[in-house]
Amino acid sequence: MAQQSDVANQTLAQAGEQALPAERGALDRSKLVSTPGYYRRAWRRLRKDKIAMVALGLAIFILLFSFGAPVVSMLTGHSFDVGDYSKVLAPVGTPGYPFGTDSNGRDILTRLAYGGRVSMMVSCLTVVFALTAGATIGSVAGYYGGLIDSILMRLVDVIISIPGITLLLLISVWWRPGPVGLSVVIAALGWTGVSRLIRGEVLSLKNRDYIDAARVSGASNARIIFRHIFPNVLSIVTVWVSLALPAYILTEATLSYLGFGVRIPVPSWGNMLNEAKDFYATSWTYVFFPGFAIYLASLAFNLLGNGLRDALDPRLNE
Amino acid sequence: MTRYLVRRLLGMIPLLIGISFLVYALLNLVPGSPTDRFQFNPSIKPADRERIKHQMGLDEPWYKRYFVWVEHVAQGDLGTSFTNYSPVSYRLKQALPNTLVLSFSSLIFALVLSIPIGIYGAIHRNSIFDRVSTIISTAFFSVPTIWLGLLLIILFSVKFKEWGMPWLPSGGVRNLRGGSNTWDYIKHLILPVFTLGSVQLAVWMRYIRSSMLDVIRQDYIRTAQAKGLHERTVLMAHAFRNAVLPLVTLVGLTIPELFGGALIVENVFGYPGIGQLTIDSLNTNDYSVAMACVMIFAVLTVLDNLIADILYGAIDPRVRYD
Repeated sequence: MAQQSDVANQTLAQAGEQALPAERGALDRSKLVSTPGYYRRAWRRLRKDKIAMVALGLAIFILLFSFGAPVVSMLTGHSFDVGDYSKVLAPVGTPGYPFGTDSNGRDILTRLAYGGRVSMMVSCLTVVFALTAGATIGSVAGYYGGLIDSILMRLVDVIISIPGITLLLLISVWWRPGPVGLSVVIAALGWTGVSRLIRGEVLSLKNRDYIDAARVSGASNARIIFRHIFPNVLSIVTVWVSLALPAYILTEATLSYLGFGVRIPVPSWGNMLNEAKDFYATSWTYVFFPGFAIYLASLAFNLLGNGLRDALDPRLNE
Repeated sequence: MTRYLVRRLLGMIPLLIGISFLVYALLNLVPGSPTDRFQFNPSIKPADRERIKHQMGLDEPWYKRYFVWVEHVAQGDLGTSFTNYSPVSYRLKQALPNTLVLSFSSLIFALVLSIPIGIYGAIHRNSIFDRVSTIISTAFFSVPTIWLGLLLIILFSVKFKEWGMPWLPSGGVRNLRGGSNTWDYIKHLILPVFTLGSVQLAVWMRYIRSSMLDVIRQDYIRTAQAKGLHERTVLMAHAFRNAVLPLVTLVGLTIPELFGGALIVENVFGYPGIGQLTIDSLNTNDYSVAMACVMIFAVLTVLDNLIADILYGAIDPRVRYD
């Protein structure tokens, strides 16, 4: 990377020299070569990482498959909720049912797409909610410090000390939610990790000279947080998102499997697995596919997250 | 050290009180009550239900009941179950050993395999062994516990039996038809322990490998080698100790996760532990049992953080407590 910017600087210098004789002091802007920015360079690094690119492709495929569920339904010619009772637990490769059928004679492939839509929606929304809450609380705690910091971080201590799954079960008993509600519930616990992460980063950033400079020139607290601190936290947040997404896919699946998550008429990968578990002795493919979908999605996002972490941390490469 | 320990133990008290208050509030704000199971019983009239509620003290506001609960717990009385009226401590005594055996067997399984594999992989970097173990660790890292458990049941309990091979039981702690002995007990543990331990195995393997790679590049390792020490002495006495150091904290932080995982694994394998008890008590609004279960998890988590900190000091003499 250092080489590249050297080349760029050279070109810049050449451009300057050529422009000098004609018009002193004014650069010919058409000859300016811009050095690529931080994110462009990160993308270049990511593109060289084969595993991360395969993971990215897989992740995009899973997202398309899930959110394109109605299209999948059109292609297979089956709906996710109406079953054919003459074809219960059909094996893989039955004409018209490439992945077979479930215990109600419904097409597993179609249900995987619809289940994926719910699962991916829950995990994506959870990330959004947890990030909003965690970023706000973490940056407020880190930026203002003092009493606010102590109170908020003790709250984080309390929540972290309760094993997540039991608390999630508790809240889900209280409020049997739909997909959006479920993501609020998971996010109600998920914000703690990212808030600690952001608090730490803000703590180290807020005493830098450029923040003092901004404050001296009269920037408000809100402006400092959003314009000066936020862009610097963005890269760790990106990595957090890509690693939190697979974690939430697993959480949603677990809750729905235990019967505390998305409720049955709406398919999700977790409750499909729950329905399938009673038939493990008769049709192993029925159990295999929903779990495999969860596995693929979580694997793809985890590998992508690892790649992103390497790509966004230039110290590793330069 | 003693002062540090006392301070930490005292610090646990407000934390546990905070947790218990939060959990009690959540549990009791749930619409529904332990008397709900009488709802469709024709011989119990609504007036009777109110009477039972009164006798159980459930007509009092929850915050008043919380203080009663705290008073009783402080005297060592965890209360009685709202569903079968047995003492909560009795139910815990039945379930807790199973969960502890399951979680700690998985912990040991993961540690015993991950440390040698990780270290061997780091020393013989990019060898076939290293590559295969890295791929396996990446593959297991994202496996959903439930799915892994179900697939193992399908393979080792269903298919192996079909194929006429020695098979493993699909659930429970022992053979209920009799003939139960130690081997039978272990046979029932194999699948759940593998299911619960494999994710940790994958994570720790990778962790030890990378921390060992960091350590063997350090100057003092080169010094030790230059002194002419045995390669094994260098690895075991100089490198290993420093490579395992961060693992102690990581293991400490993972134990709560292990208990959470035990809850899922117990559900998949029908293993009668605390996790299964938690789910049952939540489903029946059995407040006293649910409260005890969640608090046990919380106490184990908090204690475990403390133990991790102390162990860290015992291994790394640079850490001082004050």
